[in-house]
Amino acid sequence: MSSTEGPPLSAYRRREQSITLSPLEDHPDGAHADVTEELLTLNFGPHHPATHGVLRLLVTLQGEVVRDIKPIIGYVHTGIEKTAEDKAYWKVIPVVERMDYLSYYFNAMAYCGAVERLMEVEVPKRGQYLRVIHLELNRIASHLIWLGTSALDLGAVSIFLYCLRERELILDLFEMSSGARMHTRYFQVGGVIEDIPPGFPAKVREFLKIMPKRADEYGAILNSNEILLQRLRGTCPLDSETLLGLGVSGPLLRAAGNPWDLRKADPYSSYDDFDFKIPVGTVGDNYDRFAVRLAEIYESVKIIGQALDGLPEGPHITEDRKVALPPRHELATSMEALIHHFKLVTEGFRVPPGEVYNPIESPRGELGCYVRSDGSSKPARVHMRDPSFVNLQALAHMARGSYIADMVATVAMLDPILGGIDR
Amino acid sequence: MEVKRERLPGLPGAVDPSKLRVQNLNAHQLLRGNELQGANQPAHLEGEELERYVQERVLTTTLDSAVAWARSNSFFPLAFGLACCAMEQFHTAGPRMDIARFGFEAFRASPRQADLIILAGRVSIKMAPIIRRLYDQMLEPKWAISMGACCSSMGVFNNYALVPADKFMPIDVHVPGCPPRPEALMHGVLKLRKLVQDDADAGLRERYGALGTEEAP
Amino acid sequence: MPDATGLELLAKDLGGAALETVYFREQATILIDPAEIRPVLRALRDRGFSFLASVHGVDHYPEEPRLGVVYELLDMRRVDRVAVKLRVGIDAPEVDSVTAEWPTANHQEREIYDMFGVVFRDHPDLRRILMPEDYEGHPQRRDFPVGGEPVIFTRDERKWLEARE
Repeated sequence: MSSTEGPPLSAYRRREQSITLSPLEDHPDGAHADVTEELLTLNFGPHHPATHGVLRLLVTLQGEVVRDIKPIIGYVHTGIEKTAEDKAYWKVIPVVERMDYLSYYFNAMAYCGAVERLMEVEVPKRGQYLRVIHLELNRIASHLIWLGTSALDLGAVSIFLYCLRERELILDLFEMSSGARMHTRYFQVGGVIEDIPPGFPAKVREFLKIMPKRADEYGAILNSNEILLQRLRGTCPLDSETLLGLGVSGPLLRAAGNPWDLRKADPYSSYDDFDFKIPVGTVGDNYDRFAVRLAEIYESVKIIGQALDGLPEGPHITEDRKVALPPRHELATSMEALIHHFKLVTEGFRVPPGEVYNPIESPRGELGCYVRSDGSSKPARVHMRDPSFVNLQALAHMARGSYIADMVATVAMLDPILGGIDR
Repeated sequence: MEVKRERLPGLPGAVDPSKLRVQNLNAHQLLRGNELQGANQPAHLEGEELERYVQERVLTTTLDSAVAWARSNSFFPLAFGLACCAMEQFHTAGPRMDIARFGFEAFRASPRQADLIILAGRVSIKMAPIIRRLYDQMLEPKWAISMGACCSSMGVFNNYALVPADKFMPIDVHVPGCPPRPEALMHGVLKLRKLVQDDADAGLRERYGALGTEEAP
Repeated sequence: MPDATGLELLAKDLGGAALETVYFREQATILIDPAEIRPVLRALRDRGFSFLASVHGVDHYPEEPRLGVVYELLDMRRVDRVAVKLRVGIDAPEVDSVTAEWPTANHQEREIYDMFGVVFRDHPDLRRILMPEDYEGHPQRRDFPVGGEPVIFTRDERKWLEARE
């Protein structure tokens, strides 16, 4: 928008076009110098339809322009880390799963990975591939809810129902493999709790056939929506240097151009067996964040296809009976199996003392789990380094100087999950 | 100017007007059997027969039941999701387990326009006064469903940070589960609907001092 | 992760600040003197560890000094991680804040303050972040009961206060 041509702009329009932090005394219309402008502090939330969860933002506004944002969190603080200290290692898994409630397999993976590292337990190849399949399915499910709720915030209401339709298919797959739709306790220390049922690969392949087409549909609907493009393009960009300083990782960092992805940089759980690309943005504005996440859905579909094709035979959980429950048919015949089962269920396995930090790539960024053990059967400290908690600090930097509507779009593109933020 | 009226002969589907039922809905004729019209009139009815005749044709009810029926079939839930149960709440409103077919699709953002609060998720200490305030801001009649184990009891987390919702607000229906399947939430909502249709006031309000709660001016 | 010898060389370069090195399960940890946290992080940044992944607290009850703060650093070029650890006693739990140079530590140090009671000097905004602002006690200390304290609601307040006297 060039202001050198066309009719002369009014003072209001001139001010609107140059959103710089001008001192408040600098009033362009000298005649109204007695009018005082104030900064308005507005409270967004915690109950608000546009904040994703119970996030409270204290927004300081100058007119419609955001000058400062202070997030206030803690409204869904559950004391997960404290509860985890009170339970045996095995029982911590369901507690920790409920932290970042959209990517529950990732929470369990980070924790189980940390404990496996502490105990030096090797996860068999089949277990690793099964984990990868479920993790990538969960990544798609998480991105679908993100897409649905973000589009809902931006006004495209029907996408929400389409995304839920796909997510129902994914949750059906989870139900098929583990029995529950959410918070499935499928990942255990040493592998996965149960092998997949016989019809599972076929059903997953059916889903993989549909998903790219549906993602194309979403892209087609949203990319040709003029309003959405105007709201997302060029709004609230942040460069990758500032993001790195703020500790941001995941799709936000990749949208700014930095191709950092732990699945490629520091592969865990056989991710290096698969061939996939990392979508990276250029400018780092809201549109890039949106496009990166949408593209990640396609990549996840590729990974799941490759994992299914290469799924090796073998045990799904480690054979070390001091760590993993023996299969039930052994309990009838082997005394040792019975004793192991008893010890594992009542007391749980003991972990040698030490500390580890296990980072993985969750749909929101680097999800790390720090476990400190003191040699007993309960962890001495479990800390989940949640990506949304750290990414939230970038909100103030991103939305400073933009309109409220852009701030709402930025919160949507930031993909905060309050369960992870507040733990 | 002369206007000529013509009766169009033999239109397809034309019915002899004397055969139309509409003619028979004159209450006078229904109940008394008016001899002014010709055949198809019930004879003069009395007593039992009259009762039965009326019951078959006229819907009667008390005002309370009618109002309760209307209220129960059009809850406006408050769009309020706290944690994981909110995801399953989305699915209840989603295409497969569609809450809109029961009439509850209009999730309102403002508590003043809602009459059902579905507490979906864990209630922490910091959030409890805010939820109570939201509940107070809702206008009578209002109902509350506590969805999931975390707000009904403390759920999986038995620790310093959580408060079960019963401690600070009256809950009409508790839905167990962690998280409850959309079918389970549907079951809970339908149970609430039945509750409202049969007996809207279960005396919970007195217990919690929540009668006629409003924001203090 | 730098291997064991690389870790030793790294620790030697840090001079007197490094008290101990631990190489456990292929992860490197350097235990440092709490007063030297800023120079140590600066030195590690010069060596390439430019991403502060996580700042978290630990309570080592019953060993003294009880409260520990762990800084996880990541070198994105060489894909290397190192953890810097410091321990402070419970009587004087004060540590310099690194928020000025590492903006990511802002919320994370507030969380450690909230949960453990470690006071970070020169932190721009040290308040409770997860618990209500007027909460008493630091929940994640090991001697804090899991059930916390009873929550007093307005209608019980008078009774509870009377019972206390």
